[in-house]
Amino acid sequence: MLIGAINYNLALGHALVFMLAGLGIVGMIHTFRNLYGLVITAGRCEPVFAGETAHFPLTLENERSTPRLALELEAEAGNPVTTSIATQNSVKINLPLTATQRGWLELPRVRLSTRYPVGLFVAWAYLQPAMRCLIYPRPIASPLPATMPSATNGEHHGDGGQEDFAGFRERQAADSPRHVAWKASAKNTERPLLIKQFAGGSQTELMLDWQQTDPALADETRIAILTGWLLAADAAGLHYGLNLPHLKLQPGSGEPHRRHCLETLALFQP
Amino acid sequence: MSTPASEALDRHATPWLFATALATTAPHMLHQPLWLSALAGLLLFWATWLWWRDQRLPGRWILLPLVGAGCAGILIEFHTLFGRDAGVAMLVIFMTMKLLELKSRRDAVVVVTLAYFLLLTHYFYSQSILTGLWLLACLWLVTGTLIRLHGGPTSTPRNSLRYAALLCLQAAPFMLALYLLFPRISGPLWGLPSDAHAGMTGLSETMSPGSISRLAQSADIAFRIRFDGPLPPKQMLYWRGPVMDTFDGTTWRRHEGRLPPEHVENLSPPISYETTLEAHNQHWLLALEAPNGLPPESALNGTLTATARRAITERQRFRLSATLEYRFNSAEDPLVIRRNLALPDALNPKTRSLARQWQASGSAQKAIIDKALTLFASDFTYTLQPPLLGQNGIDEFLFQSRRGFCEHYAAAFVVLMRAAGIPARVVGGYQGGEYNPLDGYLVVRQSDAHAWAEVWLDGQGWVRVDPTAAVSPSRIETGIADALPFGEPLPALVQWRAEWIRGLRYRWEAINNTWNQRVLGYDPQRQRELLSRLGLANTDWRSLATMLGIVCALLVAAMMAWTLYQRPAQDPVLRLWHKALRQLSRRQVDCAPWETPLALARRVREQRPELADAVLNVAKAYLQARYGRSDNNLKTLREAIAQL
Repeated sequence: MLIGAINYNLALGHALVFMLAGLGIVGMIHTFRNLYGLVITAGRCEPVFAGETAHFPLTLENERSTPRLALELEAEAGNPVTTSIATQNSVKINLPLTATQRGWLELPRVRLSTRYPVGLFVAWAYLQPAMRCLIYPRPIASPLPATMPSATNGEHHGDGGQEDFAGFRERQAADSPRHVAWKASAKNTERPLLIKQFAGGSQTELMLDWQQTDPALADETRIAILTGWLLAADAAGLHYGLNLPHLKLQPGSGEPHRRHCLETLALFQP
Repeated sequence: MSTPASEALDRHATPWLFATALATTAPHMLHQPLWLSALAGLLLFWATWLWWRDQRLPGRWILLPLVGAGCAGILIEFHTLFGRDAGVAMLVIFMTMKLLELKSRRDAVVVVTLAYFLLLTHYFYSQSILTGLWLLACLWLVTGTLIRLHGGPTSTPRNSLRYAALLCLQAAPFMLALYLLFPRISGPLWGLPSDAHAGMTGLSETMSPGSISRLAQSADIAFRIRFDGPLPPKQMLYWRGPVMDTFDGTTWRRHEGRLPPEHVENLSPPISYETTLEAHNQHWLLALEAPNGLPPESALNGTLTATARRAITERQRFRLSATLEYRFNSAEDPLVIRRNLALPDALNPKTRSLARQWQASGSAQKAIIDKALTLFASDFTYTLQPPLLGQNGIDEFLFQSRRGFCEHYAAAFVVLMRAAGIPARVVGGYQGGEYNPLDGYLVVRQSDAHAWAEVWLDGQGWVRVDPTAAVSPSRIETGIADALPFGEPLPALVQWRAEWIRGLRYRWEAINNTWNQRVLGYDPQRQRELLSRLGLANTDWRSLATMLGIVCALLVAAMMAWTLYQRPAQDPVLRLWHKALRQLSRRQVDCAPWETPLALARRVREQRPELADAVLNVAKAYLQARYGRSDNNLKTLREAIAQL
């Protein structure tokens, strides 16, 4: 364009070309400004199973009185997250990262970049917030091992009986038909069947034992099988415990227990 | 080819592109062929319709033949695909076609790039203030579109436009610096396409009945003059163009051969002036008679016409001087004399017999000239709308119609003189001009185009005779608007004679002239002048580049400072609290980041009891001001801090 302007001796053509050059320089500074002064805070990650996508929450805060648009965050090549922050506002974004193996997944270096406003330049910065996400082992679904009488079984037996009715809960596929509360379920046919829940040791207790898995298999596979059992036992509403080499978790149930067991399996070093 | 979702064009960005395309292509309607405008309009309408109905864009098998048809049309119209007009037409076609192909952001960026190019092409046709303003608005819109494209769907039109305005404003200083300091080269760098200077108006090389009266209907400015001294009388202002001495019965032509250099005796002191010549694509400089101090690259051509070596294809400034009293070629080449007596045989018998009758009566040359002028003064009418003349045009004019414009009078006079044995020829040029009291420039328009005669008298050389002055003295003394009967088809600009309109027009033209001289006329020479006024004489491109670099670096630094020092507006209460904390830390009391104001006050009570009350007061006032309901607690806080 400059050559055209010179060749035809266009005074305003010169002006236009110089204006565009000025816009280029100014655009470069503004692209930088789009990132400058951005406040980023790390959040807490929820654990996921291996093979799933872990999400690292970040809060981006814009204290400026102009919006920041088209910010791109990329933790994993080819999987960017684009976001915009309005004037003096903040947004929460989840950076996805594919979890491949159990254990701690550290958030790698994150590339924060923007092309806004003119698209000619890319301003970028690397973030390395100390964030990690716990990855549970990938579960392998396999039939639950037979219920084994365990040493602790007796104690619970004394505490309560099968007769100690503790309420209803919705039926899951693994529940025995014998526990279905037919009468209660009949009152409302639209709901899933209800199961009578009982407190006390009469509930089946299950010790998920490392030794019960096939020793010929790789350690990771054995952990995966244990995880599968654990999930199945939890879904069935059983009391379950873990018996690993050098490590034993007493049977229990409920969300905190499940979480504890999964954490143990995730970090277990055979 | 699939497009990643992040690169896909969002639906609401498309109207921006339509607006951009419309704003950048529409002004070309003024000078491009009608079919092209119609095609572009149709394509634009089609694209908008498809967008409105949310329909699929046409496939490649529809677009390719359309592009082919457009190119074929251009090839037929302009006989080329390159060159100025054809190139612009291609850009217009591409621009509107691209609108039917908007899929990804990349396509949209192509549209924006084309739009920037199209902006440049408008300057081929006009560089007036209005064009400049319109294109500035377009630049704003196109930049807004670019910003909108990259901002994604969350950006609002208001924000995009505001941001674009900010960017343009901040780019302006860079533009200014580059405009003033960028080493200027006077173009062209290579041969321009043949249509580069098409459509320029001005005096032509030949004169036939109607050629000047057509030109006189244009109010375009031919040139502007600024005299160093006072303005000479208007009836002396003859701006000399081509001298035409070959006549074929209808058309007067220049003699093509080389002529011996002229011999001019100057009888009065020279007056110097500056002329700013609009492009007319001819060689003559239209200098005041008789020119003597000529600019470089120009010379007199043997007939006292100052001519430049290269055609004037763009507005140019020259310094010239002239002597109003002169004697020109008192001894003339016999060949030239013979040529200036020649008349086509068998044409205009009545005129010739009249002239021979005058000659036979034994009158002196002077008396014959006077007879002819008296004839014109008798009952001839000066008009822009003369009747059409036949083969014996001069006879018809002199003895029947008696209505004509300056070219008729000049031609008839020269034919009479030649028939009476006096060497005579036609001179084309401009006469008079309009003085603008606001900026002191004399403006000469196309409507001031004129033709007069020149006779060669023994001992006096070539003498100017203006037969039009005999018919209509006011033409020479005041101007064409007063000379013509009211209602003749003159441009409105020239015809309006009301004082206030004239005042407005003077102002507008003065502004335009300033624009032309200062902005458009900024050439290597003006650049040198400006720099030497800044104390930087003898600058070459290296020092210019260095200066440019320094200025740009300073501008960038200023912008960076602006960027870095933009702090978010802080709560005044919080600012006061930080001030209080700074005062405390000077007394070795530091507030830990996790400590609340009240916890700090408690700790101070344990560690530094002498400060406890003051700190507690400040903490309470701060909490009240920051979180309390009442608005006017700042004062309490300030007072509490003062007591620390």
